[in-house]
Amino acid sequence: MRYLPLTADDRKAMLEAIGAPSAAALFSDVPHGARAARFDLPPHAGEIEVERALSRLAAANVSAGSGPFFCGAGAYRHHVPASVDHLIQRSEFLTSYTPYQPEIAQGTLQALFEFQSQVAGLTGMEVANASMYDGSTATAEAVLMAHRLTGKRRTVLSGNLHPHYAETVKTIAGLASDIVVAPPQVGREEDLAALIDGETSCVVVQNPDVFGFVRDLAPAARAAHAKGALLIAVVTEAVSFGLVESPGAMGADIVAAEGQSLGNGLSFGGPYVGLFAAREEFIRQMPGRIAGETVDADGRRGFVLTLLAREQHIRREKATSNICTNSGLCALAFSIHLSLLGDAGLRRLASLNHARAVQLVERLSGITGVELATPVFFNEFTLKLPKPAVQVNDALADLGVVAGVRALRLFPREPSLGCHLIVAATELNTDADVEAYGRALEQVLA
Amino acid sequence: MNRQGRPTDFVSGEADAGSKTISSHRGLDHEEPLIFELGREGQTGVDLPEAAPFKDRLGALARKTAPGLPGLSEPEAVRHYVRLSQRNASIDASFYPLGSCTMKHNPRLNEKLARLPGFADIHPLQPQKTVQGAFAVMAELSRWLKELTGMPAVTLVPKAGAQGELCGLLAIRAALAARGETRTKVLVPQSAHGTNPATAAAAGFTVEEVKATTDGRVDLAMLRPHLGSDVAAVMLTNPNTCGLFERDIVAIADAVHDAGAYFYCDGANFNAIVGKVKPGALGIDAMHINLHKTFSTPHGGGGPGAGPVVFSERLAAFAPLPLIVHDKQGFRFIEDEDEARAKGAQPFGRMCAFHGQMGMFVRALSYMLSHGVDGLRQVAEDAVLSANYVLASLKDVMSAPYPGPCMHEALFDDEFLKGTGVSTLDFAKALIDDGFHPPTVYFPLVVHGAMLIEPTETESKRTLDEFVRVARALVSEAKAGNTARFKRAPVLAPRRRLDETLAARKPVLRWKREPPKKSPP
Amino acid sequence: MAETRYTKSHEWIHAENGIATIGITQYAVDQLGDIVFVELPKAGKKLAEGGEAAVVESVKAASEVYAPLSGEALEGNAELAGNPALVNADPEGKGWFFRMKLSDEGALKTLMSKDQYTEFVKGL
Repeated sequence: MRYLPLTADDRKAMLEAIGAPSAAALFSDVPHGARAARFDLPPHAGEIEVERALSRLAAANVSAGSGPFFCGAGAYRHHVPASVDHLIQRSEFLTSYTPYQPEIAQGTLQALFEFQSQVAGLTGMEVANASMYDGSTATAEAVLMAHRLTGKRRTVLSGNLHPHYAETVKTIAGLASDIVVAPPQVGREEDLAALIDGETSCVVVQNPDVFGFVRDLAPAARAAHAKGALLIAVVTEAVSFGLVESPGAMGADIVAAEGQSLGNGLSFGGPYVGLFAAREEFIRQMPGRIAGETVDADGRRGFVLTLLAREQHIRREKATSNICTNSGLCALAFSIHLSLLGDAGLRRLASLNHARAVQLVERLSGITGVELATPVFFNEFTLKLPKPAVQVNDALADLGVVAGVRALRLFPREPSLGCHLIVAATELNTDADVEAYGRALEQVLA
Repeated sequence: MNRQGRPTDFVSGEADAGSKTISSHRGLDHEEPLIFELGREGQTGVDLPEAAPFKDRLGALARKTAPGLPGLSEPEAVRHYVRLSQRNASIDASFYPLGSCTMKHNPRLNEKLARLPGFADIHPLQPQKTVQGAFAVMAELSRWLKELTGMPAVTLVPKAGAQGELCGLLAIRAALAARGETRTKVLVPQSAHGTNPATAAAAGFTVEEVKATTDGRVDLAMLRPHLGSDVAAVMLTNPNTCGLFERDIVAIADAVHDAGAYFYCDGANFNAIVGKVKPGALGIDAMHINLHKTFSTPHGGGGPGAGPVVFSERLAAFAPLPLIVHDKQGFRFIEDEDEARAKGAQPFGRMCAFHGQMGMFVRALSYMLSHGVDGLRQVAEDAVLSANYVLASLKDVMSAPYPGPCMHEALFDDEFLKGTGVSTLDFAKALIDDGFHPPTVYFPLVVHGAMLIEPTETESKRTLDEFVRVARALVSEAKAGNTARFKRAPVLAPRRRLDETLAARKPVLRWKREPPKKSPP
Repeated sequence: MAETRYTKSHEWIHAENGIATIGITQYAVDQLGDIVFVELPKAGKKLAEGGEAAVVESVKAASEVYAPLSGEALEGNAELAGNPALVNADPEGKGWFFRMKLSDEGALKTLMSKDQYTEFVKGL
């Protein structure tokens, strides 16, 4: 079998050296009834067969690139430069482990230090960690961090926070929190002040929000700070950092974001990469791994994992989080993509996204009965349709346009959102896509 | 106190007297600055068209200060990352015997298949009838996981092993609540991986430690006194973190169930028994499986992982959202709690956005199909054989607290270094100079100065023999009093030992632009 | 009368007129290695005998520091914030952790004397 180097002769020699009569003897601690289990599974297969089997399953999926595609709502279809995937597949990045022996992991550690610096810059915050699983779990961890910092439990969630994120917060931080969720409000400034009191630990606001609406976070920051609470800003579209004011500049205390848009493809929802940034004074309460700068015995600059005393392998039940793996390779892909873009490239990429969304809005809101529900947006916006979105969306799909995500799929208990469709446009959408959408929608609504 | 016994002192100076170069580069090993130090404003490595003039909708909310990202051309960026990569150890390049991590070969077929557009370029929320192939992958993976573990139910949702542990404990919590019970304690052996107590605390439980017996295992007699009516669950790893199979496991499972509690099994060491033993036959209620350990998905410098959890009948109903159903219309998700309850499920909630680590599912399934049931059985046998071979070949010169046989990993402590002045840490660093990644050190905590060696099944006998030869020689060096070699190690790695104390006392966690030097007035 | 006593968890306590100064012993410091951070109790915090009062972190370990006796925290050693190395340099002097007001100074007698602590450590 191609992945197993030991030969029958090797095994024989090894058993002799061990002094065991057979391999079975090495399993003598296994209870009799549990040995030699029988499995209803096929025998091994060569590359040809495996490739055939999985290619068949891949072919049963319609890839996003095969037609006009406009789904967003927390995962975005972007172009990833060819060098990114090539670089992350280098053996030394792909098959290396967590950098616990820093002398032989400077590649990973320096890359993480650079990643942290980039994330801090993008979010407008002072420090960032070496990534979390994804934006949703990063948000839950941010809430728990806020509780540690404020000593309080009450958590106010914006109604326009991605429902998957809100649910994740409830599941992971629910035991330690008293959670209040505002009702969703499409395209309007939310007034969360009424929900924030002296017991409030944190306020969680997504910007751009799940409907794509962009607002100023400063009023929410002020309202939170006035009551001794922290503002947690959530961002699900990392490209928005190129054009939208940073959460840090708007007063956020902690930022939890999804990095998938840069360097990482859609991959049906995972693996993704959580970005986590905060004020410097909070570092000792930050979850996750952190790379830091230091020197070696020869006085040369080097990098190590640091502030380890927060983590599970040392604090065990008192750790800031139970997290062990980060999203290393996805963080590297994100970082490489950003290194290729630079400020100028990111700004241009963000402009292209915004421009395409504006173009699409102009084409679609011109159609009778179609309203733009989010007047301020980046690359995602919400349309209010004259018919139930489920009908429209299905009909558009039949015409070859994957038109967006129905708000009702994310908010099943909000019938008022039955006609709302969340639409994303990126640099990968073309003029032809926009026109195809326009014509198809006109046809469906005629 | 410092239970690991790990020394932290840092000795600087003693610069290497070897040849100094002009550039500071040494042959193929290059000193590489940070990208921030290389980049230039306005430069970019991606050609993007300029957007045609349009009416901006952001107004006052547009970004005012640039993020401060350096600009590089593609050749500069590629060189930067290639040079960084050359400073990393990797399984592809060397033996990486990290106990508890299962550093096996990462087949490239898995990478190729995960990148097929039909898997890589599908959106989690696109119409479900357009992703029936993705569902089929998840269904097939689920089938393999259930069949290999002998468990009736599985969730693919958790993003990593630690999240899998949390999933199991939250399901247990929900099951207790459904019984109308509140139990507050989780029992964890002393030898447990740190994620176990951390997860128990995260799930709202208090942690009670159970001591190991002198033979490294959990003894039923020692466990029983802890099994009060306030115990929600017991978390065990099997084989345990000392590399030993828990002989009493069936009796332990029975006792745990008799006490009305649940048995969580940490599946990190599944590589020792995959294809040979069904954990379900041992009485467990939930177990996470690290796809990045047993099923070869790459470690990627620290992640991403994936931690599906198998459940017993007792816990199956409490699996998190989303659920997957298959009916006449094909596969679809149940994403809403009410819809789940209408079908008789009682999910404890959603653990993360979307549906799980699809990219890792394809890789793991490719691995499973490649090995098949016969290949997987051989994996476990060879993993156990290799660890025992290393143990047998070293235990006369290194001290093994549990003389064997072991399962897939061999545990040593620092008793053999007593009186030499060489610590476990020093020994590990000396291995680096000889081209080996060190084993896991200072874990588990139940022995002093632990060295946990997990060769895995993908190493040739030649490599194992070479490792044994070097380890034996190093032991001789230590015993001969050649401490300098160990204390100064590593000298041949891209960096010498690093000052971790400085990094923690004065944390510098990001690059900062130097303020422009002010000229004197 | 001022006197210094010791606990099994390696804290020292020096009490005078109902006010006590608490730190960790040389033995504790030797076990922990280089101290990188100390988390101290805020003034006014009620401390229970044997309860967690502070946390001391080294690079690879973190340890709770327990209040040897009950009382109320008065102040933490402000020097330690910028210079945790002080604990390594002078653990039983300048590297003190916090001061507290004791509820019952008489209870000091229940703790180990220097000689008793030295014997205790020998047996570890």
